[in-house]
Amino acid sequence: MSGARDWWLMAALLCVGIVAPFLFPALVAQFAFLWLMVVFALSWDVMGGQMGYNSFGNILFFGIGCYTTAVVQRDFGFDYFAGLGAGLGLSGLIGVGAALLIGRAILGLRGHYFAIGTLGLGIAAAEIAGGWHYIGAGAGMVTPVFPGGVDTRNLFFYGLLFALAGSCFIFLRALYQCRFGMAINAIRDNEDKAEAMGLHTLRYKITAWCVAAFFLALAGGLAGNMIGFIDPRDVAFAGATYGVWMVLMAVLGGKGTLWGPVLGAAIFHLVQELFWTYLLGWQRVALGGLIVLIVVFYPQGIMGWLRERRAGHAVRDGEAQA
Amino acid sequence: MSAPILSVENVSKRFGGVVANDAVSLAVPEGAIIGLIGPNGSGKSTLFGSIVGFHPVDGGSVRFRGEEITRYRVPKIARMGLVRTFQQTHIYGQMSCLANMLISIPQRQERFLASFRRPKGEEIERAESLLASVGLWEKRQLAAGELSFGQQKLLEFAMALMCEPRLLLLDEPTAGINPTLINGLVAQLRRANAELGITLLVIEHNMRVIMNLADHLYCMAHGRILAEGDAEAIRADQRVIDAYLGAQ
Repeated sequence: MSGARDWWLMAALLCVGIVAPFLFPALVAQFAFLWLMVVFALSWDVMGGQMGYNSFGNILFFGIGCYTTAVVQRDFGFDYFAGLGAGLGLSGLIGVGAALLIGRAILGLRGHYFAIGTLGLGIAAAEIAGGWHYIGAGAGMVTPVFPGGVDTRNLFFYGLLFALAGSCFIFLRALYQCRFGMAINAIRDNEDKAEAMGLHTLRYKITAWCVAAFFLALAGGLAGNMIGFIDPRDVAFAGATYGVWMVLMAVLGGKGTLWGPVLGAAIFHLVQELFWTYLLGWQRVALGGLIVLIVVFYPQGIMGWLRERRAGHAVRDGEAQA
Repeated sequence: MSAPILSVENVSKRFGGVVANDAVSLAVPEGAIIGLIGPNGSGKSTLFGSIVGFHPVDGGSVRFRGEEITRYRVPKIARMGLVRTFQQTHIYGQMSCLANMLISIPQRQERFLASFRRPKGEEIERAESLLASVGLWEKRQLAAGELSFGQQKLLEFAMALMCEPRLLLLDEPTAGINPTLINGLVAQLRRANAELGITLLVIEHNMRVIMNLADHLYCMAHGRILAEGDAEAIRADQRVIDAYLGAQ
């Protein structure tokens, strides 16, 4: 198995994650966003990659996290850090609760029907948030001011998002190695067969969505505070940006693989930053072009492409030996 | 014979204007091997679907171990120990053969928290020995989708055994399988029946196989049970011959 290599890679990433903000102090905020992207891609891949249920509505849980954390911070009268902690805790709970309820309602849909069903989620949520005065309606919400300088603040959120991405990765890695991982793979490969063998398919599907929702809600709580301003359409329920990116990053890196989403998020974020720096004005066109290229040339993603190449070699080696 | 483990009474199933099952009744005694034959399109696979809850039936009743299961859905019936295999192979294509086996352990008492443990050593041993028994041990790490059709059929059979069913419905187990492997498969079926105590209901077109294997046969045509009896009686039945060769 690739267990040992996984641990080496994880140790290397841990070192990079700790050293990077001190080597490039000017880029701490960008790095923090990179870890946010990793959480996006990893959490999307639970359903989209490992289980074969393409969700275009996962941004809903991110937005729920943004708003829940901000409301707790505003209304519960805690100091900054206690408020953030309580807000994140409640965000996770509400995110999971929402996934439970909505999952029960729409996870009976399969394939394209599920994907289309989820499309409406983010849009509807943005509309509701944009009209609900308790959470600022269209004017959005401003999160509390961080008690400290800008650099400390960036470093603080960098550390939390890094920890979130790391724990998300380790949790999912463990999850994919137990029966749960096999069960959601089985649902992806042949749901009729999984049912015919007596698997509790709906239970697995809902649980998978709850896992994704939990990490996304925490990411939302942190991201809302890091950005400092929660706009219903451009931050919380930003389906056209974050919502699409999480799919793209997972596809680019390799759907249904452990490292694919991490790799995809890193490459995507880097390329996006470069476009914004060097192609300003055309950055969205370039990004759109890149997306088309990814889907045309790497439909299996980078990890899928590597695996196919390796499998090809293995077959040829096997034939040579035979 | 002992009490029926499965009894089907007057089950009817229509697809639009097509009557696929017309008041079909049959009984499968515990521990038996029962054959189900009939020309293509006679409603055999539809009957399997009706039994395991794959589609709602239009009338009649299905009882399994004394329990009325007519309205139950597929996973629940499977967890009770009534499992079917498919005519077209249904396997988990991107997963390794071993993983296909490991996810097929019985779900009867499978609790929610149990899905968060790794496969046990004894499960892996059992999976490997069952794979070996159908000649797929060397392919255990290969993605199941890479196997040939015949090998997928054997894998699906091994998965069904892994599931420890009480009654196994097999839809053409030897179709597409290399003739030299068929004898081995028939021996496997007999062993599953004798040693593991799995009752079998088998759809089969290969007359040599099914006549040898089954204790008792049902023959379907045009959605109805045409005849039943042991191999001799079925072979001699003029209605069966007419159904297969076309009556004048």
